[in-house]
Amino acid sequence: MKIPHHLTDKFAKYTVLVCAASSVIILAAITVFIVLQGMPTFQKVGVFDFLFGTEWRPTYDKYGILAMIVGSTAVTIGALAQAIPLGIACAILLAEVAPNRIRSFLRPAVELLVGIPSVIYGLIGMVLIVPAVRHIGGSGFSILAACLVLTAMVLPTIISISEDSIRAVPHAYKEGALALGATRWQTISRVLLPSARSGIIASIVLGMGRAVGETMAMIMVIGNAIAFPKSPLDPARTLTGNIAVEINYATGTHESALFATGIVLLIFIIVLNTITTVVLRRGIQKHAEHLT
Amino acid sequence: MRNISPKTVQKIAMTAVWAGGFITVAILLLIIIYVLFQGLPSISLDFLLTAPQGGLSGEGGISTVIVSTVYLIGVTLLILVPVGIGAAVYLAEYAPSNRFTGFIRYGIEVLAGVPSIIFGLFGFVLFVTALHLKFSILSGALTLVCLLLPTMIRTTEEAIKAVPRSYREGALALGCTRWQTIAKVVIPAAIPGIITSIILCTGRAIGETACLYVTMGGSAAMPTSLLSGGRTLSLHVFYLAMETRAMDKAMATATVLIIVIVVVNAFTNWLAHWFYVRMNRG
Amino acid sequence: MEVTLNKNIESLPYLDNVKLRTRMANLYYNKFQALRNVTLEIPSHAITAIIGPSGCGKSSLLRLFNRMNDLIPNTRVTGDIELDGKNIYEKSIDVVDLRKRVGMVFQKPNPFPMSIYDNIVFGPKQHGRTNRNELNKIVENVLRKSALWDEVKDKLEQSALALSGGQQQRLCIARVLAVEPEVILMDEPCSALDPVATLKIEDLMRTLREIYTIVIVTHNMQQAARVSDMAAFMMMAGDRAGELVEYGHTSQIFTNPRDKRTEDYITGRFG
Repeated sequence: MKIPHHLTDKFAKYTVLVCAASSVIILAAITVFIVLQGMPTFQKVGVFDFLFGTEWRPTYDKYGILAMIVGSTAVTIGALAQAIPLGIACAILLAEVAPNRIRSFLRPAVELLVGIPSVIYGLIGMVLIVPAVRHIGGSGFSILAACLVLTAMVLPTIISISEDSIRAVPHAYKEGALALGATRWQTISRVLLPSARSGIIASIVLGMGRAVGETMAMIMVIGNAIAFPKSPLDPARTLTGNIAVEINYATGTHESALFATGIVLLIFIIVLNTITTVVLRRGIQKHAEHLT
Repeated sequence: MRNISPKTVQKIAMTAVWAGGFITVAILLLIIIYVLFQGLPSISLDFLLTAPQGGLSGEGGISTVIVSTVYLIGVTLLILVPVGIGAAVYLAEYAPSNRFTGFIRYGIEVLAGVPSIIFGLFGFVLFVTALHLKFSILSGALTLVCLLLPTMIRTTEEAIKAVPRSYREGALALGCTRWQTIAKVVIPAAIPGIITSIILCTGRAIGETACLYVTMGGSAAMPTSLLSGGRTLSLHVFYLAMETRAMDKAMATATVLIIVIVVVNAFTNWLAHWFYVRMNRG
Repeated sequence: MEVTLNKNIESLPYLDNVKLRTRMANLYYNKFQALRNVTLEIPSHAITAIIGPSGCGKSSLLRLFNRMNDLIPNTRVTGDIELDGKNIYEKSIDVVDLRKRVGMVFQKPNPFPMSIYDNIVFGPKQHGRTNRNELNKIVENVLRKSALWDEVKDKLEQSALALSGGQQQRLCIARVLAVEPEVILMDEPCSALDPVATLKIEDLMRTLREIYTIVIVTHNMQQAARVSDMAAFMMMAGDRAGELVEYGHTSQIFTNPRDKRTEDYITGRFG
């Protein structure tokens, strides 16, 4: 009973093909399920009222997520405003400036920062940052505290991808600039960073994705209030937090509204992802043109 | 600005660059040292082997939590590893460069960027509700498989691609079929790299919370079957901090978590390096 | 083009024991043409050397015979390539069976990352042989044939990667012999080896000639002169690669070439 080898071969090929297709199938299933579950909300509440309504009161059938959109946007912008300069500086240090000995210590540190679970960032936020913010004013559970925690979380993403793209700049560019008598910093700022621009932008967009999607650490430090935040010291709620906090006891339209929140998040992520892909592809093409 | 000499600008810039690195390391050290400092004193064999009381009480240890975590990761890997390797084999060995392959790659790319909580929603509606698996370890594991699949595929594909072409040519020239070549030469040669990706996924699974928070139920009891609810170490930290405010126990659990993550990280790096050296020698 | 072709056919020696034959073979990688109307006959139980400058299509021609070019996407082959008078590019041909009959040794020794023993039994095992005694016999037999037995008989379980380059290459030859091929293709088998190891491989080739048909690609003129019975000279002119300039008995090619280009190459005026 020997199975002919071309049959085994075909069978194996299609099996691994199905495995490869599974990602696409999962992605499609996620989209379908979440859209199906969330759709009733859009029909009942209306897209406009859902996105721009300022009140979220499930018991009174009011489902407006503007406060959470503002919350998510505020923490994301706040975190990026700190993480971008810090991350690019660190990437330059790793790619161009630091001697090997320091680099071999810094790089694993950055990798470890990626690996630390988000609940630990949240925990540190609760015991160190929230009390510190309380000294400035309010309860401490606030947008400001969330920004500080989130900065540390997106930093490694920005550092590692920016560093890779700075390293990927052809050596000839650097030599060319240095041979013209440019200082090391002039070479970095006028030649390396512009050439690595697409990779750096991609790292920022990916960092943004991570910031928008972060859930647990945000729940732990932002206070989760549904009121509209008026200052960085006010508590707020993120889109992700909204889903996580309420999904386990929500029913009916309330549950559907949480899925609708998920749709908004998903659209946001897909747009960010497409931007990254396009930007990175352009960058690769540009390098390829220069090399040929 | 124009009047400042390039050398001065360089000095300022380099200071800023070094400051960036310094702050990054400072953040890391702050987190690790603080957690260890707060948590290590509360860790004892007793802490590891006692069950937590659960509910609103922060008392007890983490024995059931460790069991749930091991359970969850075991089930997750059991499904994740074969599917991930299969997909990676397809992409590295078979995939023609056409639109369909591009489509699959785009799918993996997007899936990798989908936030954990969205996977949670998906797992909640499909596994917990529609398939009646309830809030359980199985629901959590299935959700986690979906979340980790892109990571597993991408890292395994790298490992398979790192196997020299000459191995494939050697086997094919001996009259092996494509599948024999893959199964008997390519995959065995890529094993260390594949193990690296498995450990990497394990590390991520240990740290994951959001998607499990909405699919696993969070019971602190000892799991009796795959359909029991449960909580992982990460989830336990969250529950302790948010529901019981037992910060000392939270810190102790976080310490266990950090030690595990650091060990996993170091092991992955070592293994990846070893694999790299081996592949570039033959 | 026509002129070159006719001359090639005219210069063909009369052979009565043809093992491999190409007729008007063309090979394209996408739009790039790697072989142009190559026609030649390779005798069995002899060593045929394919010589010529780098990039002239020697390896492409060699890889035609076990269809290794198939692995590169977008390749196209026209013309006839025959093994024992049967076209190997026909639809009914099983490439896997073909490669069992036509073995190949590569430029860089490529033992698998396993033990010496496992490297040799790899082929037979994949082709369904599992009897341990039988496999042991195969291992000893092919290692003796490839003059490696005395050096490795005590360390068969050691990793093949621990052997020297020359030993690795002889192991790769032994690995091919274990599949019991009829033809052995060698793609510059000594280019990564030192002179002593090279001489050992050449000795080995001479003994293997009795049983197998050997085709070797080399850019080492002395090697071709030393070991081969027949020689084919290929070259490229400008951007036109893959032309077979002259084919004949090695003694004739090296002492009395008919084509001016062959003479120039052999006497070292270019290449």
